[in-house]
Order: sequence, then C-alpha cells, then structure tokens
Amino acid sequence: MSKAFYTLLLLLLLPLAAQASEGEFFITAKPTDQARLLQNWAAQPDPARLALLSALKQGRIGADDSRKVRLNNRLRGLIDNALASHQLLSEDVAVRLAAAQYLQKSAQPAQVAFLDRRLASEPDKGVKAALALALASLQLGASEPRVRLAAVRLLGETGDPQARTRLETLLEPGVESDSTVRTAAQTSLAQVERKLLIGELLGQAFSGLSLGSILLLAALGLAITFGLLGVINMAHGEMLMLGAYATYMVQVLMQRHLPGAIEFYPLVALPVAFATSGGVGMLLERTVIRHLYGRPLETLLATWGISLILIQAIRLLFGAQNVEVSNPGWLSGGLQVLPNLVLPYNRLVIIGFALAVVLLTWLLLNRTRLGLNVRAVTQNRNMAACCGVSTGRVDMLAFGLGSGIAGLGGVALSQVGNVGPDLGQSYIIDSFLVVVLGGVGQLAGSLWAAFGLGIANKLLEPQIGAVLGKILILALIILFIQKRPQGLFALKGRVID
Amino acid sequence: MKRRSLIKAVTLSAGLAAMGMSWTLQAAETIKVGILHSLSGTMAISETSLKDMALMTIDQINAKGGVNGKMLEPVVVDPASNWPLFAEKSRQLLTQDKVAVVFGCWTSVSRKSVLPVFEELNGLLFYPVQYEGEELSPNVFYTGAAPNQQAIPAVEYLMSEDGGAAKRYFLLGTDYVYPRTTNKILRAFLHSKGVADKDIEEVYTPFGHSDYQTIVANIKKFSAGGKTAVISTVNGDSNVPFYKELANQGLKATDVPVVAFSVGEEELRGIDTKPLVGHLAAWNYFESVDNPTNQRFVADWKAYAKAKNLPGADKAVTNDPMEATYVGINLWAQAAEKAQSTDVDKVREALAGQSFKAPSGYTLTMDKTNHHLHKPVMIGEIQDDGQFSVVWETEKPLRAQPWSPFIQGNDKRPDYAVKGN
Amino acid sequence: MNQPLLVTATRKAGPRLSLAIGTVVILVLLALPLLSLLPAGHSLQVSAYTLTLVGKILCYAIVALALDLVWGYAGLLSLGHGLFFALGGYAMGMYLMRQAAGEGLPAFMTFLSWTELPWYWVGTQHFAWALCLVVLAPGLLALVFGWFAFRSRIKGVYFSIMTQALTFAGMLLFFRNETGFGGNNGFTSFRTILGFDVASPGTRAVLFLLTVTLLLASLYLCWCLTRSKFGRLLTAVRDAENRLMFCGYDPRGFKLLVWVLSAVLCGLAGALYVPQVGIINPSEMSPTNSIEAAVWVALGGRGTLIGPLLGAGLVNGMKSWFTVAFPEFWLFFLGALFILVTLYLPKGVVGLLKKRSQS
Repeated sequence: MSKAFYTLLLLLLLPLAAQASEGEFFITAKPTDQARLLQNWAAQPDPARLALLSALKQGRIGADDSRKVRLNNRLRGLIDNALASHQLLSEDVAVRLAAAQYLQKSAQPAQVAFLDRRLASEPDKGVKAALALALASLQLGASEPRVRLAAVRLLGETGDPQARTRLETLLEPGVESDSTVRTAAQTSLAQVERKLLIGELLGQAFSGLSLGSILLLAALGLAITFGLLGVINMAHGEMLMLGAYATYMVQVLMQRHLPGAIEFYPLVALPVAFATSGGVGMLLERTVIRHLYGRPLETLLATWGISLILIQAIRLLFGAQNVEVSNPGWLSGGLQVLPNLVLPYNRLVIIGFALAVVLLTWLLLNRTRLGLNVRAVTQNRNMAACCGVSTGRVDMLAFGLGSGIAGLGGVALSQVGNVGPDLGQSYIIDSFLVVVLGGVGQLAGSLWAAFGLGIANKLLEPQIGAVLGKILILALIILFIQKRPQGLFALKGRVID
Repeated sequence: MKRRSLIKAVTLSAGLAAMGMSWTLQAAETIKVGILHSLSGTMAISETSLKDMALMTIDQINAKGGVNGKMLEPVVVDPASNWPLFAEKSRQLLTQDKVAVVFGCWTSVSRKSVLPVFEELNGLLFYPVQYEGEELSPNVFYTGAAPNQQAIPAVEYLMSEDGGAAKRYFLLGTDYVYPRTTNKILRAFLHSKGVADKDIEEVYTPFGHSDYQTIVANIKKFSAGGKTAVISTVNGDSNVPFYKELANQGLKATDVPVVAFSVGEEELRGIDTKPLVGHLAAWNYFESVDNPTNQRFVADWKAYAKAKNLPGADKAVTNDPMEATYVGINLWAQAAEKAQSTDVDKVREALAGQSFKAPSGYTLTMDKTNHHLHKPVMIGEIQDDGQFSVVWETEKPLRAQPWSPFIQGNDKRPDYAVKGN
Repeated sequence: MNQPLLVTATRKAGPRLSLAIGTVVILVLLALPLLSLLPAGHSLQVSAYTLTLVGKILCYAIVALALDLVWGYAGLLSLGHGLFFALGGYAMGMYLMRQAAGEGLPAFMTFLSWTELPWYWVGTQHFAWALCLVVLAPGLLALVFGWFAFRSRIKGVYFSIMTQALTFAGMLLFFRNETGFGGNNGFTSFRTILGFDVASPGTRAVLFLLTVTLLLASLYLCWCLTRSKFGRLLTAVRDAENRLMFCGYDPRGFKLLVWVLSAVLCGLAGALYVPQVGIINPSEMSPTNSIEAAVWVALGGRGTLIGPLLGAGLVNGMKSWFTVAFPEFWLFFLGALFILVTLYLPKGVVGLLKKRSQS
C-alpha cells in the first residue's frame, strides 16, 4: 500500500480534520486512492463535506479555488454517488428524494448500513419508499431469507431494467437456496418484465412518431412545390439545408449580440429560416423554374443543377465541415416517463411543431385568398388566368411558400442531426417517397404517409436491423404504388390526356 | 534565392538534356507532389482539411529551401468522393503530371481503388488515416494507426479500474470494412480476456444513418445487465445524431462511456460538446497535447487557416489524420533528401527507419520493414470546449501489426511489403 | 419530333458531312487502342490514362444510349439505370474476383471469416456463366419491375421516383457486408481476365475495342429499332398512350421489351466498365449517378440517339478536366451547365447543331 493510503486512513480517523485539507488531500492523491476516499465518504457521509463534493462535481475543490481536479469517469461516478449519499442528510425533501432515486441505480454494498439508518429515521413517506427500493437492490445478498424476501417483493414493483438483471442473477441455479424467495423472485421478475415490455412498446411507438414527424417536416415543403406546382424539385433538400444554416447563423449572431436570449434562438430562427429559404425559392422560381412549367421532367434536371450549385456555395462559404448547432436548454435532455422510457424534449417539440406546420399550411391553402388562387392555378392554369388570377405571381408565392416551409423543416432538423452542406441530400429521396406515397397534391396524404413510414420503419428496425428494414420499406412502397398508382389519397376524377 | 534556383535549373536541365530526356524547364525547377483528397461529395467533410494541411506543410518545406534544392509544387485534384475517379486521378497524377509522391485518400475503399494503379506504375502513396490493417503494399506508406495502435489499447483501458472496469461491450459501427475488421479483432481480443459472447453486442448502421433512437434504446437495455462500454466505429456524419440522442435519452459517460475511433477535434466542431463530457476517443495525437512541437504546429495551422481565409478559420483545429499528413510529408522530404533523389525505389529504401519529431510529443519512426509508423496511443476525454484531455497514454510508440494476430491465417503473412497483398 | 431526330438531322445536314464526321470518329476510336500499344515515348503513343478514360466514357455513352431509348422514345424517364449498370458490373466483378482468388474464396470473404461461397456465387468462376449473369441479372430485374409497373400503368414522375427508390434500395442492399458483395469496398484488385493480365496494354486495348464494338452495335440496333414500325409505336406511347390504346394496341408489351433491352445494354456496359476502371462498388447505384445519366441524355438531346453519346462525352470530359483545373468550382460549372441546357437548349446540343445547319 502506498504511503498516501496510510495518510488517508489517518485522515479518516481524525474527525476534526478541516474540510479544506480534505480537498487538498484529494487533489494530490493518486486516482486509486481518490476512488477509495470517495467510497469511504459515501459510506460515512458528513454534512460538512457537502460543499467539497459539490465543488468536486464541477472539477474543483472549492467554490473559490481555481485549480482543476483531473477526473475520469470512474471518479465522476463515485463523486455522484458520494454526493447523493450526503444529500440524504439534506433538510430539503426534494433533494433527499432525488438523492434516494439516484442511489437506486448506484448504491454500493458498503452503503447498506448507512441507508438502513437513514431509512429508519426518514420522516417523509416518498423519500422513505425510494430509499427502501435503493436498499432492496443491495439486500438481495443479505443473509436472512426474510430480508431477501422483502427486497425481492419490493423490486417486483419497479419497472427498472436493473431490477430485472438483479432478479435474474438471483434466479440463476445455485444462487438462491430458499424456495419461498425463489418463487417470489419469479413472480417479481414476471412483473418487472411486463412493465419493461410496456415501456419498450411505448418507446417504439414514440420513436416511430418522432421519425414520422421528421419525415413530415422534410417532405411538407415538397408536397407544395412538387405536389401542387408539379416541379420535380431536386433542390428541395437544399432548401432544408438553407433553413438549417439560417438557424446556425441566428445562433451565432445571438451569441455575439444577444447572449441573454440565446435560449430562444430556435424561435428567432423560425422566421429567419422561412424568409431565407422562401426568398431563395422565389428567386429560383422567377429566374429558372418559371420557364419550365409543363415540362416536369426537365425541372428535375434544372433543379438538380441548382442543388449542386447551392451545396458547393455553402461549402465554400461555411466550409465542408458540419457546423455546430446546439440544443438550447429547453430542448436538451428528456422526460422520464417510465424507468426505461425517456422522451427527449427536442423530439417532443418537433412532433408538436410538425403538426402545427401542417395545420397552418392547410389553413393557408384552404382558408385564404392565396390558397384559393394556388389551388385554382394548379388545377387549371388557363382558366385561372382568364378569371384574372395573376398566375405568375401565384406561382412565385406558392413556390416561395413551399421553400419557406422547407426552411422551417430545416430548423427542426438542425435540432436532431447534422448541419452540413450535404444535409439535404440525405432527406431528398425520403421526401419524394412520402409525397408520392401520400398522393401528389394531398397534404393529408403526406401526413399519413410520413407517420406510416416512420412507425413501420421503427417497428421493423429491432427485428431485422436498420438496413434491411429500410430496404423492405422501399420494396413495400414500390409494391404499394403498383396497387394504387395515385398514392394513398388519390384525387377522384376522370382526367385523361 | 531566385537566381540560385535558376542556375540550378539551368545546370540540371542541361544535365537532363544530356541524358537524352526531354524535360521542360518547368519540370526541372520543381518537384511535383500529388494531393488526392475529395473536395466535394460526401467525404469532403473530412478530407478538405487534409488537403489544406498538406499545402501548409509543403509551404513550410519550401520556405526552408525545398527538397534537394528544388521547390515542391503541389498538384491538387478532386476525386469527388467517387471511387473510380480516385483510380483515374491517381493514374493521371502518376502518368500525366509525373508526381514524385502522392498524399491522399481517407476511406479504405478509395485506397483499395488506387492501390492497383500505384502498384502497376510503381508510385508512392502516403495514407494518413487509421484503418483496419490487412494490407501491406510496397507502394504505400501508412502513417495512420493499425488496429493494435488504437483499438486494443482503448479496450484495455476500458477494462482497467480507471476506465470503469467495463464488463459488457456494445460494438457499434457503420457497415463497412474498417468497423467490421476492427470489431472482429476486438471480439477475438475480448474472448482472450474472458468476456463471453453474451456480453458482446455488435450492431451496424448504414452510411449516413441519422436516426439512433432504437439503437440508443438498445444500448440502455444492454447496459442494465452490467457495467457497459460502447465502442463506436460510427463514421463521420452519423456521430452527431448519435451523440445528441445519447445525451437526450440521459445516457451519461459515467453510466455508459462511449469510446470512439473516428471522432476527433474536427468532428466535435459540429457538435455541442457539453452533454458529451467524459466520453472518450482513442487516437495517436490530440490537439491538446502539451509540448513545444505541438504548440508550434497548432499555431502554424491557425495562422495558415487565417492567412488563407479558410472557412471557419477562427475555429481551426488540428486532429490526428492532419498530424499524420504532416508527419508523412516531412518524412518523405527527409527520405528524399537522404536518397538525394525522388526516385520511388530510392525513397522507399531511405524511408525505412526514418524518424521525425512529431507534434504528438514523440519521435515517430517509420518501421524498417512494414511501412507503418510506430505510434503512441492516447485516450482522450471530451471536454466542454470541444477538446480532449488525455487520460491515458502508452509509454512509448507501438509497432504496428497490419496483420492482426487476432485474425485467423495472418500468422502466415510476411511482415514486409509484398505486391498484391 | 415524331420522326427520329437522327434521321431528320442527317437529312438536313447533308448525309455526306454526317457520314464523314461519323467515319472519322469511328476510325479515331478504333485507332486509339492500336496507338496505345506503341512503345512509351513514341510521339503518337496514347497513354493508358487516356485509353481508360475514353473507355470509361464510352461505357457511360452506352448507358446514355440505353436511357435515350426508354426516355427519348418511350417517354419513360428512368432514374435507376445506374442499378442495371452496376448489376452488370457486379456480375463481371464476381468472375474477376474468382479469377484473382484462384481456388480460395475472394479476399473480402475470408475477411469476414466466411468458409463457403453463397449460392449466388456458384459457377461464377466460368466466364460463360458470368456473361449470362451480366445479361440475366439486369434483364430479369427489369422484366419483373417493368411487368408490375406497366401493368398498373405507372408513368411519368411516378415511374421516375419508383426507379429511383429501386436503385436506392439496391444500393443499401449492396452496402451491407452480409449481402456477400464486399460491402462498401466492393470489388477491387483484379488480376486476370480469361488468363490475361487486366493491366497489360494488350488486354486494355482489347477491352477498349470491345467497348467500341458494343457501342456501335447498340447504336445500330437502336437506330434500326427506332426507324422501324416498332419505333413509331414507341413514340406513340410517349406522345399519346391513351390514343394508341384506343387504336387497339396494347402498349405494355412494347414498353416492357424496350425497357428490358435498355437494362441489358446497361448491364453489358457495366461489364465492360469494371475491368477497365478496376473497381465496382455500391456507389455506382447511388441515385445521383442515375440522375447524372439523365443529364447526359438531356444535354445531348433526347430522342436523337447520337445526342446522348455527345452528352455523355461532354459531361464526363468536362468533369475530368474541371476536377483538376478548378477542383473547388467544378460543381458550379456543372450545375450552371444543367440549368442553361434545360432553359435554352430544350433539344440539347444536337438540336442546336440542327438549328445551325438549317439556318
């Protein structure tokens, strides 16, 4: 044993040792000794040490000490554990509860005695229950069958994935000798597994919805430019990309000029992205696309050329590397619904946002003058022109609207994935499939197609893997289109050339 | 300076003319070196900075007087992330531009695509990226890491007390040959350390995969069975969505550390690193390494990026493949000086045992026989400023094992370069 | 437009001039491989670089021709021709890999510790069977896909998007390492073909000659087809399918035939492409490549047969030149080119030439 360790023992035996010197000692000790020290602190908490542990969590040894402590993951885990142990002594019920819940995952056998004592003296019911559970995981190894039985029963009431592992280990042949405990463990295990299954299914459904909402946002702009205007807009992906880069620019500018409101930069980015993509879209419509109406397949080639230019322009301006778009605080982390189900905030917000954008678009197309004109022009251009609709202007606005919505999609995409010059390329095929599957010209069709594809994808992925799942989905789409060439929601009519 | 090189050029071209060769004056003044990195297409994200680094290194060498008294003239081409185009461009560099050496390639497939061309025309390629091994061509010098110089030390660290003493391993990769081979080697290595198959999970995603919800959920489930570490060979773009999902689903480095083999400073530029603090990466160099050589290297690069007005110059970072490019070009220049020639066979001979004081703080030596650099291994922890802090490193540079002993049949392979291997 | 443009163009420009230019081009193409056999340093010697580059472009030209047949004449814009091209290439690649591997397994399989060949590799060591596969793999796929698609009368944009989905699915499938085609690395490091060294000048020259022959043969075939009654029917399918049906024709058979023929031509082109460039990998199936093929056709002028050949040559020639001359700006040129061509040259380069000769 190293000399440092003896000093450490000495230190522990000196209850009067000042906290500051504990910190001093910690910073000079070797990692193995630091770990042992933390384990000892966790087993024998001392309220006076709380400040030191909180500082250690930040990588320092005191609030006013600028020296950095070099930590690794093991030490960080032990600091969290020791901190939770100390927080159980707190006056605040909420702090105690959080600490007890944390210990359910990380409690160590050395802490049994301390937890036992706390459980006996804990006044609050909620904290008491949480503590009992934390203790239960440790008590599976207790010598008395009675204690083990109680622990096993308690574990059965949780839906914690770790409880399953613990119960399974207990049920391995030769571990548990007492037959009552064994049967109880079996029942508990079944209980836990049922809860876990529910969590898993909900998780799958949620990830399907989330993927669907992302597909929807990616495809919605295309549903207008391709679906209504008939432009095979291969530059649609780049409109998404422009929206994402607009978000990045807003973030950078706000960091520089408005650091106080940086939390809300995605909200500011929404109109900016809409205007950027929409503006570029209108410009393209006026300069290139308007010459190509009625020649859909040629719009494909021209817009593909546009997409090449936009990608390379962004690459020269911002560099080929991805740029950093960070999630603000309110979009980071997730909502813990069940022990094995966390719903990330960014995904929740995106699902809501996607639905809101669909609703707005629908209202715009069906409840406004512009929408009426757009529908008139797309259904019969000549007739609309005869009725006094300025078709050129409507085309431009509609294309701008579609591009602008793609820009909004770009803001959302920047919160889940990369922002780089190639961002659009990875969504373009999926977007076309969503629009075609839903039925060209049908907003509702795109909605159902996006969520359908998202959920189907997420149902298949765990069974056959991400790649085969995607291939299977593509094959199914191809087959489906054979059956219903006009997509899910076909326009009824007898139009023939 | 100008006059001297002119005189040299005149005497040289006279000499060459006497030898009956019809070289132009231009060709005699400079030595052409090829730079074969994608500047457009999917790989531009990684390779563009290597092109710039190569240009900077060449500038530096030229500022010191060039090689054998001649200036280096870079020939930059864009293979556009298109693999047949890589082969075409390398043939062009070697036969039309007659370059003395080529620095380039990133992906294994691009290297595999140009390899037959280099072997046919006896060219010289410096390959700067960590890769799966299983190759040893006399026409290639590998300045990136072989699996034993990156993957295995990283796993040894994860097994140690300080690394968290992981018991279960989730091997996550993009579906191509580097992750496949690395994971195959790692699985054999883990077996040799007594880890059972039920404690190893191997998952692959397609290129450009961006939805990691299911996979992160699976990692969570897997980690409930014991202390777990994720070994990620996820490539390029897919890392951002993966790390974002990890952070948002609440998987912290203290619970499940992720050690990545393809995430460096350059990739972290595109990520908000605050939620990632504590996750690991294994490389042979980090920008944060503290020594005078590296300080100068980083400062030079930042100044160069600013002077050339490269995109994102204010946030320019260096990373492992960039260091490998820098070391490779310098090693080649030294060898050409030693050989007093840029002839491929002579330079190849001179490269064996050539060493260079690298920014990693070690003096790196080109192996005498196996065309790989001896490299130190470092494990870095992600910091909130997008840098890594080194938590563990090897005591000295390791010799590369391009033919991993953990793959069957490799014991019969010769440990020197043979054509068509 | 109802008559093949080639015919009218030839008539207008004066058959003698066209014939003269055509003969010169063919003679140059035939001379190239012979010149490449000259000793190095000879002033007329054609380098291996030029030969493989031109050979590659000729293979692309065959794809452009095949695409023109279905798009220019039958009005079916396929965004999935890269798949057929790659399938032909893979079939040839399988043979080449077996040649390189000798008795054992191809290198990438031993990598993955596979001990035996998957069933679809059986027989690929025989050149004859590989040739059959070159035709059968793209042909059968096109037959099945076309049969379903034409039965339910999918056309226009829907057809394009479906073919794009098809090639995308193919790409994902071939990227998987378990599929047994070498994943992302694909097939490389070929050694011999029918016992000859693939890298030797003689083999290169022969492969080049074969490519020229295939190109001329398919051009002749397409020319005959489009000039025949069959060609008229195809144009009718393109311009007014419903009216054709009212006249008592069933267009499905015609579409299917021309679709499968086009796919097979692509497969053959792919088979010649692989030994010349020395690599085949799933990125050949990426939707971008297929879109690019459509651009060649549009640039040259669709429905003209000669135009797509020009288009393929122009775009690829420029690509090879620009990627060296302006590596950072070539995408701008390429993009601008596509826009300008669609805006101002709806009939492509051939249309422009024709206008010139008329005025």
